[in-house]
Parts: sequence; C-alpha cells; structure tokens
Amino acid sequence: MSAVVLHAEGLHKRFGATRALEGAGLTLRAGEIHALMGQNGAGKSTVIKLLTGVEMPDAGTVALDGRAIAPANPLDAQREGISTVYQEVNLCPNLSVAENLYAGRYPHRFGLVDWKQVRAGARALLQELNLDLDVDRPLSAHPVAIQQMVAIARALGVSARVLILDEPTSSLDEGEVRELFAVMRRLRERGMAILFVTHFLDQVYAVADRITVLRNGGLVGEYLPAELPQAALVKAMVGREVELAGGREAGAAAASDAPVVVEARGLGRRGSLQPIDLQLRAGEVLGLGGLLGSGRTELARLLFGLDRADTGELVIDGAKAELHHPADAVARGLALCPEERKTEGIVAGLSVRENIVLALQARRGWRRSLPRAKQDEMAAHYVALLGIKAAGIEAPVDALSGGNQQKVVLARWLATQPRLLVLDEPTRGIDIAAKQEIMAEVVRLARQGMAVLFISAEIDELTRLGDRIAVLRERHKAGELPGGSDGDQVLALIAGQG
Amino acid sequence: MAAPAAEPPRPSLAKRAFAHPLFWPLLALALLLLGNGVFNPGFLSLEWRDGRLYGNLVDIANRAAPLILVSLGMTLVIAVRGLDISVGAVLAIAATVAAWTITRMTAGGGDGLAPLFAAVAAALGAAALCGLWNGLLVVKVGMQPIIATLILMVAGRGIAQLVSDGQILTIYYAPYAFLGSGFVLGLPFALFVVLAVFVALALLLDRTALGLFVRAIGHNPVAAHVAGVRAKAITLALYVFCGFCAGLAGLLVSANVASADANNAGQLLELDAILAVALGGTVLAGGRFSLAGSLVGALIIQALTTTIYAVGVPPQLNLVVKALLVLAVLLLQSPECRGQLKALVQRQARGRA
Repeated sequence: MSAVVLHAEGLHKRFGATRALEGAGLTLRAGEIHALMGQNGAGKSTVIKLLTGVEMPDAGTVALDGRAIAPANPLDAQREGISTVYQEVNLCPNLSVAENLYAGRYPHRFGLVDWKQVRAGARALLQELNLDLDVDRPLSAHPVAIQQMVAIARALGVSARVLILDEPTSSLDEGEVRELFAVMRRLRERGMAILFVTHFLDQVYAVADRITVLRNGGLVGEYLPAELPQAALVKAMVGREVELAGGREAGAAAASDAPVVVEARGLGRRGSLQPIDLQLRAGEVLGLGGLLGSGRTELARLLFGLDRADTGELVIDGAKAELHHPADAVARGLALCPEERKTEGIVAGLSVRENIVLALQARRGWRRSLPRAKQDEMAAHYVALLGIKAAGIEAPVDALSGGNQQKVVLARWLATQPRLLVLDEPTRGIDIAAKQEIMAEVVRLARQGMAVLFISAEIDELTRLGDRIAVLRERHKAGELPGGSDGDQVLALIAGQG
Repeated sequence: MAAPAAEPPRPSLAKRAFAHPLFWPLLALALLLLGNGVFNPGFLSLEWRDGRLYGNLVDIANRAAPLILVSLGMTLVIAVRGLDISVGAVLAIAATVAAWTITRMTAGGGDGLAPLFAAVAAALGAAALCGLWNGLLVVKVGMQPIIATLILMVAGRGIAQLVSDGQILTIYYAPYAFLGSGFVLGLPFALFVVLAVFVALALLLDRTALGLFVRAIGHNPVAAHVAGVRAKAITLALYVFCGFCAGLAGLLVSANVASADANNAGQLLELDAILAVALGGTVLAGGRFSLAGSLVGALIIQALTTTIYAVGVPPQLNLVVKALLVLAVLLLQSPECRGQLKALVQRQARGRA
C-alpha cells in the first residue's frame, strides 16, 4: 500500500445553528484517485473547505505526511501542497489563459513581468495535460471543459501533492469527461493524491481507486470500489435503500392523444437553433437529450421567451403566442428551471420563502401582494413536499447546499402550478437522493396532467423518465424516439449515427 | 466536540438592538446631537413661540428635507444596482422651471393659486422626464448607470441655464414661498412633504410586492427576470421616481430662498445623497436597502454641517472637518472595523494584565 499523504480525522464544524461536520475524516494515499461521496449536506464541501483553509475546524486534526497542519487560508494550503479546483471555474474569463495560469505569481525580470517566461511556462504546464492552446487568447474564448483543464493546470503549477477536484465533471459532456479522466490518471502515475468529488456514481467506478462516504457530517466508511456494489454505495450515502424513480415503469404512460399544451412549429433563432418542431402533451414527460452546445438550453430559452424566435411560431393551447418576456410565459402557465442555478435560478440574499413565492408573486403583479400568512404556508408546504433541508423558511437561500437550492427553484415553479414545466439539467451537481426526490415529484405531477420537458445529458435519465425522447444535435432536431427506447439508440442519435 | 443541539435562546433586548441595522446610524446621529448639547447647552432646547416650534433640531430636520427626499429616490435606484449622479442638476432644472413658470404667469398679473399649481406640475413633470431619460439610457441603451446619469449631470445645468436665460430667477410670489418656509401645525411645511413621501414609499414597498421585486432585482437581476419579474420596467420606474424626488427637493430649495440659481442649486447634492444612502446601511452593490437608514443618514449629514457652523470651525477647514467626521461615522458603522477595534482593545487589556 502506498504511503499516506493526507490524513484527517475527527473533524467538527458548526455554522451557526447548523452542524456541518461531526467527526468526518478521510485518508489520501500517494498515487491514488480517491472519491469522496455523500448526499447534499453530508459535509463534502465543508471537508474541502477545512482542507483548503477556507474555514478552520472547530475540532479534529489534519496531517500532511504525518505532520499536523492548520492552513489558515487557501494560499497557506497551496504552500503546503494542497491545491483545489472548484466546481465553478473560478478564474478570470477576461484574462488570457497564460495570465490566468500565472496570476498572482508572475515571474519577474528587471522588476518587470517576464511575459516570455509566462507564455512558455503556460504552454509547458498545459503540455503536461496534453493540451495545445493559444495561451494568449482570453479564457472565455475556450469551452468550459478547457477552462476546467486550465484551472487544473493552474492548481498543478504550485507543486501540489494533493489535488482536490470538486465536482469537476458536472458541466462536461462525455468526451470531455474521458479526457479529464485521462489527465487524472496521468497525475496519479506521477504520485499525486487526488480527491475527486462527484455525484455521478458510474464515474466513481470508472476512475476511483478508493471511496470514502460521508453522511450527515460523519464518516460512514472507506471502501474499495470492487467491494462495494453501486446499490451498497447508494445505501451507504443515503442510509436506506433507494428506489430509482421511473416515469414509465410507474404505470400508465401518457396517452398519445392527450391534448397538446405547447407546440413549436418551425421554431428557431439564427445562430442558436435551427427551426424545430416539437409537441408537448399534458401528462407526458418529454426527455430532451444532446451534447453540450447541441441547442438544448437554447430551445428552453426560446420556449420560455428568454430569447426571441426569428422563425416559426409557438402555439400554446391551440393559440399562437408571442413571448416577449419570461413574464408572458409565466402568465400562460409555463415554468423553467434554468441550467445555471446560481446566476439564473436562486436569488441569493433573499430567504427561502421569498425565493419560493417570487414567480407566483411576479405573475400576480406587484399590486396584488400575497398575504404573508399565505406565503408562509406555501413555503412550508414546498419545503416539506420536496424535503428541502433548511434552518427555516426565513433562512437565506445561499446558506443551503446546491441540491436544496435546486429544490427551492423547483418549488418556486411548482407554486405557480404550471401547465408546462421545463427542467434544464435539473439534476446537475446534486446528489442521488435529492435527484430521485426531484424526479419522483416531477413524474407525479406529470401524471396529474402537467407537461414536462426534461433536458438532460444523462442517457439513462432520459430513457428511464421520458415518455418520448427527442434528441438535438448541432442545433437541430436529430430525431425522436418512443419511450422505453434502448440507451444505445439514444446515444446513436446524440452522436450522429442515427 | 459538537455543542449540544439546543435551540439558541432568544437574544437579549440589548443584543437585538445592537444587531438592528438602524442602530449604528442612529447612534452616530445621537452622538452628534449630544456632542453639540455638551458644547452648547442651548443646542438641544426647543421653544414654542408664536404658534411655531423653534430650535436647532427643527432647523436641522428642515434643512435636511431636500437631501432626505433625494436620498430616498437614490436609495431605490441603488437598490436595483443603479446610481443617479444627475440629481443635483435635476434639482436645478426643477427649480428654474418652477421659477420660470411663476415669473411668466405672474407677469401678466396672474393671481390666485394657479401659478403655484402650474409651477409645481411643470417642475415635477420636468424632473420626472429627466428621470425617464436616465432610466431609458440605463435600461434600454444598456449604459453603465454612472455614465448614463453623468450625461444629465453635465448637461442638466446647461438646460437649467437655458430655461433661466443665464440669470438667477427671483420669485416674488407669496404662495410659492410657503413651500419652503411655511409652517403647518407649528412645524415647517417641508417636514410634511418628507413625511408624506416617506410614508407613501414605506407603504408601497411593504404592502405591495414591490419591495420583494426591488430586492430580487438588486440581488440577482437575471434570476428575477427568469422568474417573470419585469425587472426593466421596475428599474425604469425607479429612475423616474428618483428624478421626481429631486424635483420635489428643487421646489423646496427654490421656495426657501425665493429664487432659482441654475448654476449652484443642488451643487454636489448627488454626493451627499450617495453618502446618506451609504451611512444608512444600504449596500451600494444593490439588493439590501433601508429607506429609514437613508433618512437618518441625511439627518447625520445635515447635523454635521450645522455642528461645524455651530462650533465655529474656520470656513477654510469646513470640508476637511466634515470629511473626518464622515470617516469616523463610516468606520463606526463598519462591522469589520468594530471587530478589529474590539480585538485591539482586548489585546491591550491582556497586555496590561
């Protein structure tokens, strides 16, 4: 067995009234990829914050090479050799790739920044990851996947012993994930200890050498993937058996003669989506698949009036509808859980209650304020219904974990009792139990007559939940498949062999 | 070890008072007034004479009235991530438009209250138009608020001079003077204008959903838009309202001195208004705002000015002293600064022990 690089145990941390960690710990060895698993709120993020010096533990020890360390800030942690790449790329999109790689530690020559060395160094760093980029172009000119690689390269630039990857794959498509895994394996060969946090179970089995599971802020155990089948892993994370929510298995699939709620006829927008036909029926879940950049989000934005279509028409309940503003869509009973939870979903700074009532209140207009008692009742209802974990309905929404924030956004839309619910990647970056709870609720609502457009990059989610599956490729509709289609058929369409 | 999971007990009254966002602004105001009272025992006294209330406190409130009005409008614009640095120029426009209207209407022997109503309507209308212009530049054209309103800040005084033909317009018309120096129930009329605007705003923001929308837009305009909040329309309306407030202030200022000076009326008012908003605890990045805080902030600024005159600071030192006092008030309000001070004091105490 390789040498232990980092050992943490007995970690305790409180945030106000919330006990985030109660005795969590983990052990990283040189040359291994170690998956850290747990539901939202299990304490994964807090453990990372303690290891990287963002927060200080209330109790517990962290030892690096057997020597106790207590990093007071991220820079401290970096000096000790612990580097982190966060879920959201936190580099400067307006700076060039090279500048991002060296920001804060420029090499100097005669008192001036030595740009020649910056560029050469940047190229060399990226070379190690098998990347050949124009390092002078701004970071924002590259796709998210590349930005993620640049973030990793930056983390490696400081002679790291431990690399922490916090949900690096949540915004990558399959090909990009494979590339990232190749990079991770290469780093493992070099003896790096990699802590890999993800919600994707299959990715854990594909790449991890060891798994640590946290639950409710405590340590459940450390496992080898071979000794821990997927069902057992889920049970360890959740603390009980979990049923996978299935739309179609749930019985009566929607009849194909159900009324069409929303129909797109040749709907398109230059530069973002080729004209597309799509019917969304009451009581039916339409799964929409496709690679990143295939036009999935663009379609959602057109349907919801966030972008204006320049061709085709949108028919809602048999009548042509012009949507100039999301408010027009909301007024017609449409709802959209957007892909970007932080920037387009939650309103950080407002409470859970205010976030939940926001869309309904917007539809009622500013004059007809929802009575406070009604707001409280509604917020409490959805907090209970969706199992939102919060200190209370008046808790600031930014204090919630990602999955719970996503549930708050869902609650906001359910409160408007929509006729069509568009879910753009609703399960991205959230844990398996929350995912199942969200999907089970969506399926239940569909069975009560709501139309659902479910956008996902995960094929098994599409096949499991979709009553029909539509696939986009390169900004046009590649085809439609009946519910219950095989995952391979969907993949063939997505990849363009269909 | 984890602490027991008991519910935290309800904090004491003192603790809650400390935590209240208005605590520090109010403390600063109280300290200023009490400080004056110590230096000048008569400072805090109020006197009822000829059916009117006299005293420095009434005077401070009366003089602060225009600034309070402008600060209220500014608060809401800042709450939706905006800024309006044209308020001083808009005040001058409103003042000259009012003076011009009155001069025109009374020149032909016009009498009664018609010139008063016409002047108020014209001035407020012009000010609201100015606000609309600012709002359109920000919302429709997409300019940075500081640049968008810089245009009117510069051009506004030119417009005001066109209206006044480059002259200081003097108003000889008693009904108008009442706006600036009249008394109702023994108190200056201006205080009732402030009270009316403040109460109307507080009700509007509290009893309707407008307050929620304003905060949602300020915290996250994109998410508010996606949720169906008409963020642009609301933002536009708030710029119009900010202009309207500057117009009201212009009426009070010009009525008080019975003249309108296109060049100097409301000079640097925008900076005092922003300062009042900041003193009151509104976050300049948007989202969190306090109308009551801005009101207190404006009172602090006026109290400072009065103090400087009362204490007899040499005129050439006025601005420096004011700046130092403002700095002190801002530091007092900053939680980080208070924390560091506290740590420093504790360290000193330990060092001595």
